[in-house]
Amino acid sequence: MAKVTLKGLSHSYLKTQSSDADWAIRGVDIDWNDGGAYALLGPSGCGKTTLLNIISGLITPTKGDILFDDKVISGLNPVERNIAQIFQFPVIYDTMTVYDNLAFPLRNRKIPEEEIKVKVHEIAEMLELSSTLNNRASGLTADGKQKISLGRGLVRSDVNAIMFDEPLTVIDPHLKWILRSKLKELHQKINRTMIYVTHDQTEALTFADQVVVMHEGQIVQTGTPVDLFEKPKHTFVGYFIGSPGMNVLPCQITGNDVIVNGKKIETHQKIKKNNFNKTEVGVRPEFISFSNEGIPVKVLSVSNTGRHKIVDTESETGKIKIIAKSNEDIPSGSAFLKFKKEYTYTYGDSWIIE
Amino acid sequence: MNKTVNQKAWFFVIPVFVLVAFNAIIPLMTVVNYAFQETFGNNVFMWEGTRWFKQIMLSERFHASLGRQFLFTFIILFIQIPLGIAIALTMPKEGIGVPVCLVLMSMPLLIPWNVVGAMWNIFALPDIGFLGHSLNALGFDYNFTQQIGDAWFTTILMDVWHWTSLVVLLSYAGLRSIQPAYYQAAEIDGASRWAIFTKIELPKMKKVLTIAILLRFMDSFMIYTEPFVLTGGGPGNATAFLSIDLVKMALGQFDLGPAAAMSLIYFFIVLLVCWVFYTLMMRNEGNQ
Repeated sequence: MAKVTLKGLSHSYLKTQSSDADWAIRGVDIDWNDGGAYALLGPSGCGKTTLLNIISGLITPTKGDILFDDKVISGLNPVERNIAQIFQFPVIYDTMTVYDNLAFPLRNRKIPEEEIKVKVHEIAEMLELSSTLNNRASGLTADGKQKISLGRGLVRSDVNAIMFDEPLTVIDPHLKWILRSKLKELHQKINRTMIYVTHDQTEALTFADQVVVMHEGQIVQTGTPVDLFEKPKHTFVGYFIGSPGMNVLPCQITGNDVIVNGKKIETHQKIKKNNFNKTEVGVRPEFISFSNEGIPVKVLSVSNTGRHKIVDTESETGKIKIIAKSNEDIPSGSAFLKFKKEYTYTYGDSWIIE
Repeated sequence: MNKTVNQKAWFFVIPVFVLVAFNAIIPLMTVVNYAFQETFGNNVFMWEGTRWFKQIMLSERFHASLGRQFLFTFIILFIQIPLGIAIALTMPKEGIGVPVCLVLMSMPLLIPWNVVGAMWNIFALPDIGFLGHSLNALGFDYNFTQQIGDAWFTTILMDVWHWTSLVVLLSYAGLRSIQPAYYQAAEIDGASRWAIFTKIELPKMKKVLTIAILLRFMDSFMIYTEPFVLTGGGPGNATAFLSIDLVKMALGQFDLGPAAAMSLIYFFIVLLVCWVFYTLMMRNEGNQ
């Protein structure tokens, strides 16, 4: 169990780097508390697996330091770091039984057979694998195998952190949900630092107390699921989290006024400076309503999801999606939109203007 | 799984059936024909029943060549499989070394078999061959044309040189197909190099190794050209393996009946060993 700190971490798979694009991750600073549940969220190729492998010691970073409990461990190998990692697809030792699979990490560490027995049975109980302990691991289903991978991480009582690299990718949808709640339950039971990498926002938001959103090798926002939803610090967080994602419209800032499609709108922040190449306004579909005045739009289509209606509209400078109540009357043809002030933010060069 | 019944599908099997009939079943029937009859040429045949089979099964000559054959096959498998795996493990995994190694490894496989035999014959000649002359110069009394041990040594060395590459290439392909996550997980689990080899690499290579062993068993069990060119089966009958003995009987002595019976027995031994081996190797694959 340990606190995980990353300081100024950058990594490139190339020998020489000429531009930002040559870095898989750049300038990552993270503080993760002991015993927390964290998620690294981002699309494929954003550098989240690289970051995870750096923490576990499978990759040596080009720059920066990794600290466990304030001790620099950058030079240590995965065994010395004492971490556990669960991979995208289940990694099991085919020729061994479930029991031997779970005992493997302990046997490699020369722990007495008696102790191993107790530990393995305890973990098998927790993961509901007790009845299959004597079966060959290769005969299990994908979720059973993934439980073994997980179990091999859990049997060692002294691991500093358990890391998950998209562990539910190969699991059937209906089992995903079960395994995910199992993970959450395990976290509460054993109280170890868990770091969960995923591109699936539902997985990240339900598993973690704190979510780190990555985009093109950088951390764009760290926060609780509610923070990410209500106050995206980067337009990417807005798009990526939420379904449908945040509406982002170009705007002009003159003095303290924010102008969208020629209309002045009110936003959450007070604008202090304005020296950006590109300024935008972001507002989630949940926080837009039809009104008698405001941004003029043309209603394009309405789709009813059951719980609510998603309305596609088109304004002068781009499409705007709106989530309306399922019993709400949707005007047809032209209409006006009003943004909720406290959830409307302005962004300069994609970052929120504070 | 529910299979769809569609009798029209048989039409698609016919071309393969015809092909197999022409290159295997019909020629084999000729052999069967000879195996049960006696002929003096001119297409005159007399029924002999199982006489030739009994004769072969009881013949000491057949027992001896069969024994030599098994000994040879086991020795070369025992050398080539571990050696092939060992070489595959040490081959580079990326960079320019990969194609260089692969091409070098394929070279022996591309040489025609009689050329291999001729090459090694000249290479090993005690007076003028590089190997033979060097060994003698180093003080070894080496002469593969006259000493049984030397003849075996040379034949085995030649086969190892010729065919280990096949095992290497198959093992290498098997090793390359192991996902990096397995190695990473093993590293995290604190596995030793030996544990990685026995618990991950070997089980993952099981299928390619089964193929490698099967191919090497069949090829070495039916070996003819190379030892024929190298030693001609000698000295005496010391390296007369089954094929060589069979050809001697069929074409040298023109004992067509016994030779045909021997061919069939030979064929069934190969078939039986392959079937038993494959079944044993794959018996646990079904539940995956």
